[in-house]
Amino acid sequence: MLTALASFALAALIAPTLTRWLGTRVFLLLALVPLGALAHAVWHAPTVLSGTAVVESYEWIPQLHLALNVRMDALSWIMCLVVLGVGALVLIYCTRYFSNDEPALGRFAGHFIAFAGTMYGLVVADDVFLLFMFWEATTIFSYLLIGHYTDRKSSRGAALQALLVTTAGGLAMLVGLVLLAVEAGTTSLAAILAEPQSGALVTTSVILILVGALSKSALVPFHFWLPAAMAAPTPVSAYLHAAAMVKAGIYLIAAMSPAFASTPGWRELLVCVGVLTMLVGGWRALRQQDLKLLLAYGTVSQLGFLTVIVGFGTRDAALAGIALLIAHALYKSTLFLVVGIIDHRTGTRDLRKLSGLGRASPALAIASTLAIASMIGLPPMFGFVAKEAVFTALLESETAIGMVGLIGVVAGSTLTVAYSARFLWGAFARKPAVTAVALHKEPADFLAAPALLSLAGLAFGIVAPTVGYWISGYSENFPAADGRDDYHLALWHGIEPALALSALTLVLGIVLFWKRSAVTSFQKRVPAVINSADGYWKVMRFIDRTAARVTSSTQRGSLPFYLGVILLVFVVAVGTTLVLNAQWPSDLVVWDYPAQLAIAIIMAVAALAAVRASKRFTAVVLVGVTGYGMAVLFALQGAPDLAFTQVLIETVALVAFVLVLRRLPQRIGVAHPRRRRSGLRIGLGVGVGLTMAFVAMISLGSRAHDPISRILADIAYEGGHGTNVVNVTLVDIRGWDTMGELSVIIVAATGVASMVFLDRRTDDLPRPQQLLGRRGFLLRQKPVTEPARPRGRQQSDDSAETRLSWLLAGRTLAPENRSILLEVTVRLLFHSFIVVSLFVLFNGHNGAGGGFAAGLLAGMALVARYLAGGRYELGAAVTIDAGKLLGTGLLLAVGTALVPLFFGANALTSTWAEGDVPLFGQVEFVTSTIFDVGVYLVVIGLVLDVLRSLGGEVDRQQEDEDPATPNEGLDERTRV
Amino acid sequence: MSVSLVLVVLMAVMYACGVYLMLERSMTRVVLGFLLVGNATNILILIMGGRRGLAPILNDGATSGEINDPLPQAFILTAIVITFGVTAFLLALIYRSWRLSRADELEDDPEDLAIAERDAAVQEELRNPDPLDTEVDHLDELAAAHDLGERGEE
Repeated sequence: MLTALASFALAALIAPTLTRWLGTRVFLLLALVPLGALAHAVWHAPTVLSGTAVVESYEWIPQLHLALNVRMDALSWIMCLVVLGVGALVLIYCTRYFSNDEPALGRFAGHFIAFAGTMYGLVVADDVFLLFMFWEATTIFSYLLIGHYTDRKSSRGAALQALLVTTAGGLAMLVGLVLLAVEAGTTSLAAILAEPQSGALVTTSVILILVGALSKSALVPFHFWLPAAMAAPTPVSAYLHAAAMVKAGIYLIAAMSPAFASTPGWRELLVCVGVLTMLVGGWRALRQQDLKLLLAYGTVSQLGFLTVIVGFGTRDAALAGIALLIAHALYKSTLFLVVGIIDHRTGTRDLRKLSGLGRASPALAIASTLAIASMIGLPPMFGFVAKEAVFTALLESETAIGMVGLIGVVAGSTLTVAYSARFLWGAFARKPAVTAVALHKEPADFLAAPALLSLAGLAFGIVAPTVGYWISGYSENFPAADGRDDYHLALWHGIEPALALSALTLVLGIVLFWKRSAVTSFQKRVPAVINSADGYWKVMRFIDRTAARVTSSTQRGSLPFYLGVILLVFVVAVGTTLVLNAQWPSDLVVWDYPAQLAIAIIMAVAALAAVRASKRFTAVVLVGVTGYGMAVLFALQGAPDLAFTQVLIETVALVAFVLVLRRLPQRIGVAHPRRRRSGLRIGLGVGVGLTMAFVAMISLGSRAHDPISRILADIAYEGGHGTNVVNVTLVDIRGWDTMGELSVIIVAATGVASMVFLDRRTDDLPRPQQLLGRRGFLLRQKPVTEPARPRGRQQSDDSAETRLSWLLAGRTLAPENRSILLEVTVRLLFHSFIVVSLFVLFNGHNGAGGGFAAGLLAGMALVARYLAGGRYELGAAVTIDAGKLLGTGLLLAVGTALVPLFFGANALTSTWAEGDVPLFGQVEFVTSTIFDVGVYLVVIGLVLDVLRSLGGEVDRQQEDEDPATPNEGLDERTRV
Repeated sequence: MSVSLVLVVLMAVMYACGVYLMLERSMTRVVLGFLLVGNATNILILIMGGRRGLAPILNDGATSGEINDPLPQAFILTAIVITFGVTAFLLALIYRSWRLSRADELEDDPEDLAIAERDAAVQEELRNPDPLDTEVDHLDELAAAHDLGERGEE
């Protein structure tokens, strides 16, 4: 069975390719797969019919206890015959139904065979979750097959409707299955059914599963999707919506019936819903003009019939129910296939336009008549045998609900007779007012599949006792009725009440058909009581509307709104938790040292003033004050590295701000005056502030253990071989954190560059060499002299022509932009800065400093060069691409992490060496210093990227946009 | 653990100011708010380190009992630099926005506003159904399916 399932999957995968080669003949090839599986089932018939189930199992996801457990017992075996036999015949029929130029034929073939496979899987699955998966897979393939004509709106809509309705039911069923599996302690369907549990929970789960079954089998109130699904090609209607998929619900009811038929509500629910469906379907079928829709409503009606008898839950009813299921599969798929042929040959399915078809195509008429005879229960068809059995089973139940069912199915059968007659008359009769149809030629074997199916209906009727024996393997799961013999399927049971009922339905049905014009006018006067389609339509509209409303009310598109919501949730959620776990710290002091108060006041005032500031620079400087205040706090708290880094960062940040804000107007918030909802913002700000204050105090108060950092000092000294605990923590103990941080910095730096440069990442800082022409090494060592100013340019100072320049690119600036004092200072300090930064870098391991501070220090030197000499000076100062700096830095850090792995140590393990170096004395070297060098380079890269983007490139863009700036004509001038 | 009330209050004030600024529509104010929140968070971590102590550099004869907790310091150090990186990125965003539209205001997302308008359109259509209007595809498909299912009932 698993092999068969795999073959189905494989066939589905290769079907599209094969179709390209074989055209419609591919269906013959594909039909071999269900035929093979059918042969397997027939091969195992003796085993199964003797009462032993065929079991196969394959471990799928053992961790989830999910296994591909399949099991073929008597019921599954019969379902297999139906699903595979009808499937194979419909596939053969497809060969003639489609033409080679049918669009998306390969896709159709793939979907169809995949559907057949999942349907097969559904009836043999033993694990309830496996069953559910196949269940939903049939829904999906049904969706794809109904929507085969993707260019038709009605087709897409019908597919979606079927999908939504059956999936909704499927979800209810999933809940039911989970409940049931948990309650029973096993996921095996056979095991659950063998020892049925009871109780309120089980009842609930069973009802939920029934909801799934009812939606799948298109019972009231879910029936409306089935007629709409007739938008599918006819083979799909014949297979999915007559023989196979809609039977899935019936199958599940039948499978559960032996165990759960006595569950409260089971019988009542199924009989009532079944009778109602049978009547509604039959009633509506009576007024259809489209043969296919007539059959569709007929199918709805018959499914109701099946539900009544299969769900009834006695031995005789089970026998009758499965017999009816087989009969229905045979005659209904025949009729659908016949309609497909009629459609092909005449070009219409409208029974008002068809006339004289019976005489023109007698074979078709005979096949249909046989099927119809089976449907209305005429001997010797199998349908007759089944219907007799149903009537008898209900008659002999002698319960009130049995009587309800009996009256219902008799009334329903009357309607069935009426619409069957209407079908036969509509399709084949000669109507005086209508011109006889013209027929297209079709190959004779087009009729093969329906003919075979209708003949099977006849044959089964004749060998009814044998079929009865097949079914008995299932029906004997029910307890035998007291005091009388079991019913047996047979063509002739003698004159008995059931026969009389059959005759009654026939007579009444014929009368209904005879008086059809009266019936039609009566139907027009009766309003449609049950109109679930409208309900569905309203529900869908409601969902659409709610979705749009929810989306538009939550997705406002306003970032402040989103942020506000996030913060509000934060305040409420965290605040509630804090209030519930208030653990105040034992040692609450006003201040650690008096200076703290003074600094805090300055910082708080600066922060408040920054909020109120209306000029950009004022606000930036005020925020800067809080930053420098942080540095002082760090220093006094005992964190010199932090203080040092903070001061440097604050300075670089201030420069970055100034570089950007010089392009923006002086005042902020002109477009949006801050009156708007400022109360709300203040509230939220205060709320967050208070929450964080409580977070700080309560998290300290609830601390129960010594901080892990107590041992950090020892680890740093013993393991990291450094005395600066913070630095060793960064580059060694928690090196991975720092590695992540470096990545963030690189992303940010690259982001800055790409925001400003837009189209290229490579460094294109202008180099003075490009301006002066290449100079040899020796020449480069000579002082740079000012070149003569271009002619025609006013010179304020003629003696400047031979003046020595302090900076390489000093002369690229317009005279009014130059500051000689700045140039001199930078010239004197730059190299000292770099040397000091190197010292800070290498000193960091054992003293104050480290890669971050050192990198910022070097960055400061670059800031100074840029401020004094502009972007050409920056290009002269750094001849390496910023990207390369960042990359090298990360490479060094990653290398430090990875290299120890090659020596069998953990990543980031550090080693050290020490020795005497001339001039330096005792020197020790720790490998984690290399990591720190990486940090150093990355930080320099960041500062460089900020300078060349927000500085140099912004300058250039400004010059491009605004020719009035003093640097006008710079390039022409310097190229002289 | 010892908590300095002054630091806690300072942190709360800076959080409040930062959040207030971040909720503004001016991008410059948002960035400034971000910086204030960043600084406030560093104070929070600093508070977690407990009472002040000696610098965590063991050369100067400090022992592990006397030094200020080094772990929060390491966190703050990385936080400082990351805050700068992100600030630089935000500044680049501001510059870009300014170059494109001469505005440093956070505008509402037009796509989201379009959804709200579409919702209004749907409501309007449901109030006054117009069979020729095909604006709302999904609803139309369902209507078509509905029609098919009930075809020929009249």
